Amino acid sequence: MKARVFVTLKNGVLDPQGKAIHHALEGLGFRGVNDVRAGKLIELDLADGTGDAEIEDMCRKLLANTVIENFRIERLENA
Amino acid sequence: MKSAVIVFPGSNCDRDLAVALELATGRKPAMVWHRETELPEGTEFIGVPGGFSYGDYLRSGAMAARSPVMRAVADAAGRGVPVIGICNGFQVLTEAGLLPGALMRNAALSFVCRDVPLRVENSQSLFTAAYEVGERIVFPVAHHDGNYQADEATLDRLEGEGRVAFRYLDEVNGSARGIAGILNDTGNVLGLMPHPERVVEPAHGGTDGRRLFEGLLETVA
Repeated sequence: MKARVFVTLKNGVLDPQGKAIHHALEGLGFRGVNDVRAGKLIELDLADGTGDAEIEDMCRKLLANTVIENFRIERLENA
Repeated sequence: MKSAVIVFPGSNCDRDLAVALELATGRKPAMVWHRETELPEGTEFIGVPGGFSYGDYLRSGAMAARSPVMRAVADAAGRGVPVIGICNGFQVLTEAGLLPGALMRNAALSFVCRDVPLRVENSQSLFTAAYEVGERIVFPVAHHDGNYQADEATLDRLEGEGRVAFRYLDEVNGSARGIAGILNDTGNVLGLMPHPERVVEPAHGGTDGRRLFEGLLETVA
């Protein structure tokens, strides 16, 4: 079983990397970009039966820094 | 004073910190590898050094904060043993939950490596007793992730409780309220991005950092 964890900066937390990407996109001539936020995607290959609560625990204890980041878990049941 | 310096894979200021501690205290610190689960008996001071522990993987300090030795460091801090985290050490202490807030990528995205003037904001702590409030001192910085951020309530609490130890006098990395170093709520844990251990001898171009270690010797021993 696989799960994907998306780690993103909380709203209101300044994202210098997102800003730089935004700036670079504009430099390439893309005019329609209002904002860019950069985050991380972490793929977990898990033992069958790993519960949501355990994945959440992994996120809180290591994968995300909940002072500045949010996380979202997406299970890929057939992967 | 019996001190210990924690060494992670990728630490690179551990020797500088050890030299500074030996200079100020006359005693070589124990160098404690991250896999250790205990600190040497009777450790009176712990230094978490700068560097790029675990290659800054995931987030700066994130892996180091979960290494076995950090449990012993957290226990010691809970008993009141003074702990200083410098640069990556500051990042490790925030990731370990021993200090509030987080250190994010510098606002200008560039690595900052230069001497910076600081204002001493608190001279009552174990670490800053040898300085005067309002004093201007110069420590070098060398970091990519030194942009200190916390929510407004945390920042207000830090300010209100006198837990901002040092503040940048110039814009350096985008830190909220120019915060360069903070104390924990019991005052025995200090984290700061600038490097006091790099200015302890005239040959370093300054000696402003030396008093931090000498002051510790007086307050701890």
